[in-house]
Formats: sequence, structure tokens, C-alpha cells
Amino acid sequence: MSIDVETARRVAKLARIQVDDGDLPALAGELSNILGFMEQLNEVNVDGVEPMTSVTPMRLKRRKDVVTDGNMQDLVLKNAPDAREGFFAVPKVVE
Amino acid sequence: MSNANELTIAAARDALRKGDLSATDLTMACLTAIDAGDGLGAFVHKTPDIALDQARAADLRLKAGDAPDLCGIPLGIKDLFCTKNVPSQAASNILKGFLPQYESTVTTRLFEAGAVMLGKLNMDEFAMGSSNESSCYGPAVNPWRVDDRELSPGGSSGGSASAVAGDLCIAATGTDTGGSIRQPAAFCGIVGIKPTYGRVSRWGIIAYASSLDQAGPMTKSVRDAAIMLRAMAGHDEKDSTSADIAVPDFEAALTGDIRGKKIGLPKEYRLPGLRPEIQKIWDKGAEMLRDAGAEIVDVSLPHTKYALPAYYVIAPAEASSNLARYDGVRYGHRAKLSAGDGITEMYEKTRAEGFGAEVKRRIMIGTYVLSAGFYDAYYNRARKVRALIKRDFEQAFAAGVDAILTPATPTPAFGLGEMQSADPVEMYLNDVFTVTLNLAGLPGVSVPVGLDADGLPLGLQLIGRPWEEGDLLNHAYVLERAAGFVAKPQKWW
Repeated sequence: MSIDVETARRVAKLARIQVDDGDLPALAGELSNILGFMEQLNEVNVDGVEPMTSVTPMRLKRRKDVVTDGNMQDLVLKNAPDAREGFFAVPKVVE
Repeated sequence: MSNANELTIAAARDALRKGDLSATDLTMACLTAIDAGDGLGAFVHKTPDIALDQARAADLRLKAGDAPDLCGIPLGIKDLFCTKNVPSQAASNILKGFLPQYESTVTTRLFEAGAVMLGKLNMDEFAMGSSNESSCYGPAVNPWRVDDRELSPGGSSGGSASAVAGDLCIAATGTDTGGSIRQPAAFCGIVGIKPTYGRVSRWGIIAYASSLDQAGPMTKSVRDAAIMLRAMAGHDEKDSTSADIAVPDFEAALTGDIRGKKIGLPKEYRLPGLRPEIQKIWDKGAEMLRDAGAEIVDVSLPHTKYALPAYYVIAPAEASSNLARYDGVRYGHRAKLSAGDGITEMYEKTRAEGFGAEVKRRIMIGTYVLSAGFYDAYYNRARKVRALIKRDFEQAFAAGVDAILTPATPTPAFGLGEMQSADPVEMYLNDVFTVTLNLAGLPGVSVPVGLDADGLPLGLQLIGRPWEEGDLLNHAYVLERAAGFVAKPQKWW
């Protein structure tokens, strides 16, 4: 599977990473190479094999659905690039 | 005690308990070595004030006779671990300035055991790499050298390996997603163990690929690995994948007796083009275990060849999801915006500026293999192949094999920059012997066994049954004693 420039542009958009137009052909080439490497997986007969969901056969633990933490707004906001009045601030989302 | 920074955990522990050495003096010796070791690029955030406070507290505990094994032992901590109010940026510019307001479970446990934190250690950005060259701090350097070239310490835990091999600290934490503890340990001539998946809590460790990531110790001896792993391991309610299984005394398992044990040599690891020196050290290691009374048998792990391509689907897929959180809103870097830029531009510019080239590549590969229309062809197929790789190991162990011996790396340490022009896939091949274990969730340990013709360390890997780290480390202990690896890098830094 080879990735063309348009696909590379779409993947970058989905990943929310800005890529300049001039860099798209090189990116497409790199991604194609890596995907080419993955093509080997098509040689494997996987009929009847279940995809692995958990590497160790364990049932995820359950706990009571109760609040175990909280009341630390200051700590939560402490690393925010822009926090105002107890909220994370971002550019306008809705016109 | 002069050069106390060169001690092992076991030797320092005994000297501290006897009162021959104080934790404060030991810590000072390491801090002095760290300041003289800037040429190694290993420590990227130094925390001398925290270290000395912890050392003084450790001295009080030692005096009071309340001293766990790690009490007063100075450690380096990989930059991937969140440490409260100490920079923790996974060697990425996107986490520049991030000061965690909490402590990872592993560092919490180490500190409760009395360990001392000297600072944070260099690594590949977000643990994605095998050379420590994709770091926002610049590369860490291998203390070993054979000419005027600077060599890579391996990666991603390259700073950890460099700091331990260069005696800047007594031991260090590492993490391993595809070989990131074992490959740098082999490159730098130290011991590193990746425990069974679920043995060590991942809580507070910045995530790369959650189904593969495990933390482990990087140390100067197998005994040290046993001591430190016990302190790091154990069930944690904050990590739902951490196993509720008792942690044994791994050090007590080091009996040095492996008579009657069966060691498997997987024929699929004899890759075409395997370097003669690697084959030689592998044969030598098998001989050492045979001389110790083990039986050497051939085993087959038929899906080995597909481990790397499966890994490079699964790990980037998980990474693309895990790294979606770096959006410039809650922590870390936010790009300067132009007039009229909205929230999408903020995300795209922030992530373009904050992530390095390899991280972007893996996020985009992961995005692609998870996107509509390709999910089955890539991601689901890779997960099926992963199940087959795990089954290969289960069948070998079911046939009575106690441990599997393989090379740790396909080459000794290479020069910094030498892989720069190579295709990214070339770099990925570094993990060819290690990555299978992460996919199967198995424990594996890298042990330095000898030097190549140029004088660079070569390591072998032992693979164990799940939850049998004690037995695995005992095999490693026998190998270590038989190899008698005592070589040290000559100090040039």
C-alpha cells in the first residue's frame, strides 16, 4: 500500500499535526516505506485467530462507583498554558 | 569511602547498614560525579536539593535501624516518570515546563523505601527510539568508546544506561515498550530487566503504548536488579492492568543453582546475516549455562519474523491515541496563534511545534492504521499475529523450557549520527530480539557477557515464564557469574 500526497495530507489532518505542503511528498514516502514493512503481516495465516485484547489473561478489577478524589481545582489548572476563572481557556470554538 | 558512586546497590546497602558510609556522603559522591559527567548528557534535570533532603532522612532511618534495602540508595529517574514539582517532559518540547502535581506509583514506592532521587534522565522522545537521538535535550552519550567517535547509549532509556554505566548513580529506572531497557543495557554493559506485563504499576508513567509499556530497573548487577525490582513492583489500584499477585523476594531466588533446568535456543533468532561476533557470544552464553548444569535445547518460535511489523502497527496505534492528550489546553506547550486562528489551528500548530519528527511519524502511522477502512487490514491483523507470537512462547514453555537465551541486540553500540540517514525501518531492526517479549507480555533480562573485538560490551537476553522473574534472574545470575564481566568504560568525560 502506497500513500499518496493527498492521503498524507488527510492523515496529518486527522492527527491534528500541521504539515506544510512542501513537506507532504517526503512524509508520504516515509509513511509508505513503513507501511511496506508492515505488509509482511499478510503472509501470516490468521484464520480462526482471535485478535489479542489483553496480554495477560486477567479480568479487569472493579471498584465501587464512588468519588475517590477531587477538590483540587488549583492543582488541575496549575500547568495550563491559559487558565481563567477556574477554567481552561481556548480560542473561540462557537461563533 | 572514595568513589562510593561506583558501588552496587548491594554493596552500598551493606556499607550503609554497617555505618561504614552515610547516605549523605554517598549522595554527595553521586552529585559530584553527575556534575563532572555533563559530557554524557545523561542527567537532564538535576535535583540535588531533593537528593540531599532524602539522604538526610535516610540517614535517620538507618540510625533507627528501619532501613529497607533501598534506604539511602541514590537513583536516577527516567524523564518518563512523573515526579512531583520536578520537570517530567518525556524528552519532548510539548511537555516543556510541565510540573506534575503528583508522584508516579513507582517513584512513590522507591521513595517510601528510602531511595534518593538525583535527577531526571535523558531518553528518546516519548520513549520512541533506539539511540536516544530523538530527544529534545540532545542525545545522551555512551560512556564506552573505542576511538574518537561518540557512541549511542541505545534507547529509549539511553540516559539511564549511560548514567549507570558511567557511575553517575547507583542504579536507575527505565521503561521498556519494545526493548527500551534491554537494548541500552546491552549497549552500555549493564543489567536491565523488563518485568512481566502488569508486574509494575504504570500509573504516573507518561504513556507510549499502554499494552506494551513496563517499567524496570537498570543496574550494575543482577542482584541489584532483583533488589530494585522488588521495591518497584506490586499491585496498584490506580493501574487497572497491574496484577494482584504477591511480589516475592527476588534476591532470595538467586541461588546460583540451575542444574536440571532446560534452556531453549530459538532457531528463528539465527537471522540471516547475524554478525559472527553476536553468534559467538550467544554460543558462549549457552555453553556457560550448560557448564552450570542446564540442558540446552533447540526451540522454535515460528512467528518471530512478524514481531517487528506487528509491533509497528500496534505501538503507533496506541501512541496515536495516548498522545492525543497533548493539545495545548491542559499542560505543556501551546503555539502562538495568528489573528483569526481557531481551536483547530491551535491544536495543529501546537502539535507540529511540540512533537519531534519520529513522534509525528508514529502518531500519523497509528492514525492511518486505525482509520476507517484500514482497521481490519492492519490493526486487527496485527493483534491476531500478536496472539500467535504469544502462543509460540506458550508452546515452548509448555514443552518444559525454563528460560530462553537469545542475543540482546543485533550489533554493539553504533556511533551517534550513523543511523541518521537510514530509513526509519533500519533503526526499528535494533529491537528485533527484544520486541517479541513485549508483544507476549513476558519478562526478559539483558546481561553483559563479553566485549567485541573493538572492546565494546555485548549482552545476552534471557526470557522467562510470566511472573517468574525470580527464576529468570537466577538464570541471569548464573550467566553473570560465569561471564565474569567486570570491564568498565575508561573515563573520558
